[in-house]
Amino acid sequence: MGITAVAFYLFALVSVVSGLMVVISRNPVHSVLWLVLAFFSSAGLFVLLGAEFVAMLLVIVYMGAVAVLFLFVVMMLDVDFAELRGQLAQYLPLGLLIGVILLMELGLVFSQWSFAPGHVAARAAVTPEGVTNTAALGQLIYTRYIYLFQASGLILLVAMIGAIVLTMRHRTNIKRQDILEQIYRDPAASMDLKDVKPGQGL
Amino acid sequence: MIGTDLTVILPELVLALYAMAALLWGAFRGKDAEAPLLFWLTPLVMAGLGLWIALEPQATASAFHGGFVSDTFARFSKVVVLFSAAVVLLMSADYLKRNKLLQFEFPILIALSVTGMMMMISAGDLMSLYMGLELQSLALYVIAAFRRDSARSTEAGLKYFVLGALSSGILLYGASLIYGYAGTTSFAGILAAAKGEAHLSLGLLIGLVFMIVGMAFKVSSVPFHMWTPDVYEGSPTPVTAFFATAPKVAAMAMIARLLFDAFGTATGDWTQIIALLSFLSMVLGAFAGIGQKDIKRLMAYSSIGHMGYAFLGLTAGTAAGVQATLIYMVVYVTMNVGVFAFILNMERDGQPVTEISALNMYSEVEPLRAAALMVLMFSLAGVPPLVGFFAKLFVIQAALNAGWVWLSVAAMLASVVAAYYYLRIIYLMYFGEKQAPLDGSMPAIHWAALMVAAFFMLAGVVSMFGVDTWAGAAAASLLN
Amino acid sequence: MVDFFYNTNLGIFLLVTLEALLVIVLLLVALAFLMYADRKIWAAVQMRKGPNIVGVFGLLQSFADFIKYIVKEIVVPAGADKPVYFLAPMISLVFPLIVWAVIPFADGWVVSDMNVGILYVLAASSLVVYGVIMGGWASNSKYPFLGALRSAAQMISYEVSIGFIIIGVILSTGSLNLSDIVRAQDGNYGFFSWYWLPQLPMVVLFFVSALAETNRPPFDLPEAESELVAGYQVEYSSTPFLLFMIGELTEVVFMCAMISVLFFGGWLSPIPGLPDGILWMVGKMAFFFFLFALVKAITPRYRYDQLMRLGWKVFLPMSLGWVVLVAFFAQYHLFGGAYARWVVGG
Repeated sequence: MGITAVAFYLFALVSVVSGLMVVISRNPVHSVLWLVLAFFSSAGLFVLLGAEFVAMLLVIVYMGAVAVLFLFVVMMLDVDFAELRGQLAQYLPLGLLIGVILLMELGLVFSQWSFAPGHVAARAAVTPEGVTNTAALGQLIYTRYIYLFQASGLILLVAMIGAIVLTMRHRTNIKRQDILEQIYRDPAASMDLKDVKPGQGL
Repeated sequence: MIGTDLTVILPELVLALYAMAALLWGAFRGKDAEAPLLFWLTPLVMAGLGLWIALEPQATASAFHGGFVSDTFARFSKVVVLFSAAVVLLMSADYLKRNKLLQFEFPILIALSVTGMMMMISAGDLMSLYMGLELQSLALYVIAAFRRDSARSTEAGLKYFVLGALSSGILLYGASLIYGYAGTTSFAGILAAAKGEAHLSLGLLIGLVFMIVGMAFKVSSVPFHMWTPDVYEGSPTPVTAFFATAPKVAAMAMIARLLFDAFGTATGDWTQIIALLSFLSMVLGAFAGIGQKDIKRLMAYSSIGHMGYAFLGLTAGTAAGVQATLIYMVVYVTMNVGVFAFILNMERDGQPVTEISALNMYSEVEPLRAAALMVLMFSLAGVPPLVGFFAKLFVIQAALNAGWVWLSVAAMLASVVAAYYYLRIIYLMYFGEKQAPLDGSMPAIHWAALMVAAFFMLAGVVSMFGVDTWAGAAAASLLN
Repeated sequence: MVDFFYNTNLGIFLLVTLEALLVIVLLLVALAFLMYADRKIWAAVQMRKGPNIVGVFGLLQSFADFIKYIVKEIVVPAGADKPVYFLAPMISLVFPLIVWAVIPFADGWVVSDMNVGILYVLAASSLVVYGVIMGGWASNSKYPFLGALRSAAQMISYEVSIGFIIIGVILSTGSLNLSDIVRAQDGNYGFFSWYWLPQLPMVVLFFVSALAETNRPPFDLPEAESELVAGYQVEYSSTPFLLFMIGELTEVVFMCAMISVLFFGGWLSPIPGLPDGILWMVGKMAFFFFLFALVKAITPRYRYDQLMRLGWKVFLPMSLGWVVLVAFFAQYHLFGGAYARWVVGG
């Protein structure tokens, strides 16, 4: 068993276990932390696949940004999770039923799975020889898939507009810091030196 | 290479760039001070693009390695989408101003949503289909919750968002199964992969089912319609009007495009699914609408029913069927624009009213408007000799010719049942009890929209203004 | 022997472990003296003597502190979430340490010469924030929690502008590999062919962002002893506290290494003709650490809203604009190709 095999089983085991812990841990903050661990081990799996660019992006974007926001929100939530857990038992049978159905469908599909005759030739996800996959991705994203790339940019723009439209409120009646005004304030304009004679006061 | 690709997507590009420029302009110029200007400019741009697409004769062109297809079918659907969105947007300015919702982001979100619809319509690839769909839906989620201080509007937005995200997930799951089988996401590639066999391979079939489920949600077809009444009722009325028109056309066109472009060889497999959706939608739309007291909820069930009829055309799996569906969508959109022009102005003492009972004896208050609404209601019900009747006739004919006898009979029966609630509105307006009348005045644009829609329902009997022939050409281009 | 280390699993494993150990041990020893230097510089600016009792000139002060931290009792606050509480300091030490794997000390002297080195750096340093958040949360106390929130928001904010600044460098180099970035700066003019000249405004931005990213003064708001006692570290004592401190200092030194590699030619010699080598790299790092210490001594602390404004409204637009500019400069080979030194691809 080579190092890669050991690494694979390690990452796979950790991601499965931490995935399970996300669901069953009692404390929501712990859940998020397990989720972070799950992300981390999936990033490890990506590295083993030779997709180091995707692995690093997974860590930077999902762990470094998204999960941190998750953690923020969960830490500050004031929700009684024990109560929610009580409701969980109520919906458990239905959830299990759906899960079993999905599992059976998956089983059906995989036992009967067949590929189209030309599926290998049609496949687009082939890394060319002699190019690092970062360069290969860059060459595809900015040429062949530029339309999709820009479209996803538009989608993110809509998400941003939406977040601003739905949450931003222009509150009046509050004091705001005007940094520029603070910077350009100088002693001459705001201080007044008075020569006070002893014993007289102002 | 990229230059020719860009000329193919030029209309979408112009609209997206316009939206971004308008956003910058609005953000730099004191926010909502520019809103009225944008509420005029955006419909103008959309209508201009619509005219441009309609008048510029182009051969079928595809761009970005088949990711984007521009054919007569796409152009037809885009023109319908652009014009209906433009009219609804023009009408919404007044309502939003009265309810203090006039924000400059509204037209921009609509413009971006329309861009997404155009991308959906022209999708030639599972990925570009999904991108267009998400762009469209994301903007819609936001405008559903546009009245953010109202619990119902927020609820509508959240409900729509959660269920929409679920349906997108299902759609993606289906797409991944299809990709797993075919090894490609392009429609042409899937078509080639599916061609060799008499029946679809299991993976492809399940993938197709999942994708249809995801898309059926977007057109609010039964059994994926649960969100529709609540979202229609909770959203601000102009948003409801928008939901009922352009996105439905775009989603219907997208479904037709996927089914015929990627699974054109397997009509036998998917027509059964579509037939079931069609049957359930027609029946539920007819029966569930009966007990409704709120006109926006009523319109929700009405739109569910109408989607059933539009599906009926697709069940045929023929060019005639697609043509009938396209005509049906045009007629449906026209009627809805007219009806919503009326609903937008249902007011009493400056408060929007949506109860159906408020229409009691409306004919004595505003005879002309009542008459126009009567025409539209007759047309929605499919009473001959109005255009609504012919639209239903075309789809039923197409289904009959393809051998769907039971479905056609069900369609006729459902239309009889559904006629009850349309006729009840007319009954209330002309023979109801007298009560405190509605007093909303009507801006010229709304009046014009209502009257023109009603006029089309009458005049369309004589001539469809070329819509039918163009729809025929569009259907032919899709089935090629 | 060579065959054993390069071709067998065990050999490779041993080799990598030894390399990593070498880097870590040298680094930790260096840290002890850097800590001493930090305090000495601080003292010199304030015209104090600084540490001067333990050893000659107080040189062994850090080791004395180290022993003190080790032997003191560990106090765990009541109601603390123990596993998370102890995990936090470990995380904030481990991640600053593992980034050193990709730092080239000289040509070829690097533990892992991976082709996405810069992304690895960004990834590992974006995880440091977990140590802070977990520490603040697990302490089950108000001040640490507030400090953790502040600190996390601050680190995330400045990570964005650091990312953009680095993209400018990457655009000029055409590679994500840190050794390639240094090699791309190798020119005929020594000191003047390094990236600091074409990327000048970004050097300043990077330095300031690095201060904020590592919670150093004037951006040490998470600690802010006057308002938050000591931020997320309040409830920590003894060894866990030591781990936090070493982690923080490691990150500072790492930022010095990053500035040297990205903008000041890493191991390259500033004067054409002199040999390149690890001494230059170490010298540059020491110089930038001196600057860090100096800044700590001479600047007053920022207000939190000023900090956020600086990050989002000044640095982010500037660095974003710079990326666009560099893209144009590089594509059209402007300024004599100073922005287009693509060593691979192109």
